[in-house]
Amino acid sequence: MVTPEIGLIIWQLIVFLVVFGILAGFVWKPIMGALKAREDQIEDALQAAENAKAEMEQIKSDNEYLLQEARAERDQMLKDASEVANQIKESAQNETAGIADKMIADAKATIEAEKKAALAEVKNLVAELSLDIAEKVIREKLSDDKSQKELIDKFLKEVKVN
Amino acid sequence: MRRQTTVMKKNQEAGSFKALIFSGFFLILFLASTMPVLASGGHEEEGEKFNPSELINHHISDAHSWEITHGVVIHLPVIVYSEEHGLDVFSSSNFYNENHEVVPYKDYILEHEHIHMANGHHVFDISLTKNVLFLLINSVILLLVFFSVARGYKRNAGSAPRGIQSFFEPIILYVRDEIVKPNIGPKYERYLPFLLTLFFFIWFGNLLGLLPGAANLTGNIAVTLTLATIVLVITLFSGNKVYWSHIFDPLGPGMPWLAKIPLYIILWPIELIGILTKPFSLTIRLFANITAGHIIILSIISLTFIAQSIMVGIGATLFATVMNMLELFVAILQAYVFTLLASMYFGQAVEEHHH
Repeated sequence: MVTPEIGLIIWQLIVFLVVFGILAGFVWKPIMGALKAREDQIEDALQAAENAKAEMEQIKSDNEYLLQEARAERDQMLKDASEVANQIKESAQNETAGIADKMIADAKATIEAEKKAALAEVKNLVAELSLDIAEKVIREKLSDDKSQKELIDKFLKEVKVN
Repeated sequence: MRRQTTVMKKNQEAGSFKALIFSGFFLILFLASTMPVLASGGHEEEGEKFNPSELINHHISDAHSWEITHGVVIHLPVIVYSEEHGLDVFSSSNFYNENHEVVPYKDYILEHEHIHMANGHHVFDISLTKNVLFLLINSVILLLVFFSVARGYKRNAGSAPRGIQSFFEPIILYVRDEIVKPNIGPKYERYLPFLLTLFFFIWFGNLLGLLPGAANLTGNIAVTLTLATIVLVITLFSGNKVYWSHIFDPLGPGMPWLAKIPLYIILWPIELIGILTKPFSLTIRLFANITAGHIIILSIISLTFIAQSIMVGIGATLFATVMNMLELFVAILQAYVFTLLASMYFGQAVEEHHH
């Protein structure tokens, strides 16, 4: 029972090697290939899902970024607009102030001129009145000869002095 | 999620139903396995005394004829080579006369299933014995089953496995991922076809041996020795520099040869024995486990005929059934162990340096 028989060893060796050869060539190779292909397929599918997830994440973050950018742009535009408005307001104010100043200055100048004219007129009027009064005074005073003479003398004296 | 669980439940139900059919099938096999013994037992009662050791020996040894059940014998061809007669092929029925007694044929004498010449000369016996027949049956079953599995992969390419394919796929994957890959490492693919063949050859052979009337193929030392020797040869041929240096120069280059040589004179024979003990243990383990299982079952059944009692018969049958179930487990366990150890030996042979 424990003595191996040479005949069976030979049969076993040949048959086992033949079976091994056939199985290795026609069975294990396609089975292993199919199993590997399926495992690769599953691996690929999982990888693809992972990739899709990452891509989704990327798109989401892109969207977030775009949204943020749009928001920033809007803020910038609002800021710019208000700045421009301010500028316009300011320049308008400045301009108005200039015009007002000029008008005031013009008015002042006009007033000055009017004042001067009025003053001149007043002067003339005063002079005329003075002359009139003087005439009337003189006419009254020069009714007697004596006083006429005196006055003439006085003038003459003054003139001589000059 | 819920749908999945219901589907799973359905599958489980289908599985348990299948398991029921399977166990029923095996139960019938167990009952049937006792039949030849019953028959022979019945025969023994008529005449000579029942001899259990003869019965057991007859069951576990090789023979030149296949006794399917008592009285139904298929005589297998005898192929012998001798220096006197050259190659000779004839039916083993020539060794039996009308009364089923063993008689010499030509110059050949059959004695305890061994053939020798009448003048005592040795003959080279390469007969198609019972074990060779079962070797061929086992191989045919292997080929049929796995060609069918491989066809499944071609037909169901890209979809879920179906039928016989889905039964064997987890086993193939288990062998690949749990036995071969972790023990051999990155170079496992070169050894996978051999180890898968080895695993299924042993497993199927073990199962076949449990069938009633079948030969004790994987419990034959010639078969296990051949398998172990193939493993040894593959191990030696795939041994790399690291493997051989571990055997012939285990002390490493740090030591001068002058000092190493005296030690190696002792160490080398030990290493050589170490190489040979591995296939030896493989040979004995499978042979002893399978043969022992057969002996136990046959001994339990023989108890009935020794005690000649119905009660013992019932007990023995129940116990033999339990033993047969255990043997079903041992069948796959021994296939697993043989493949695992072969993978470990290959793994040691191809292991890269790692200190």
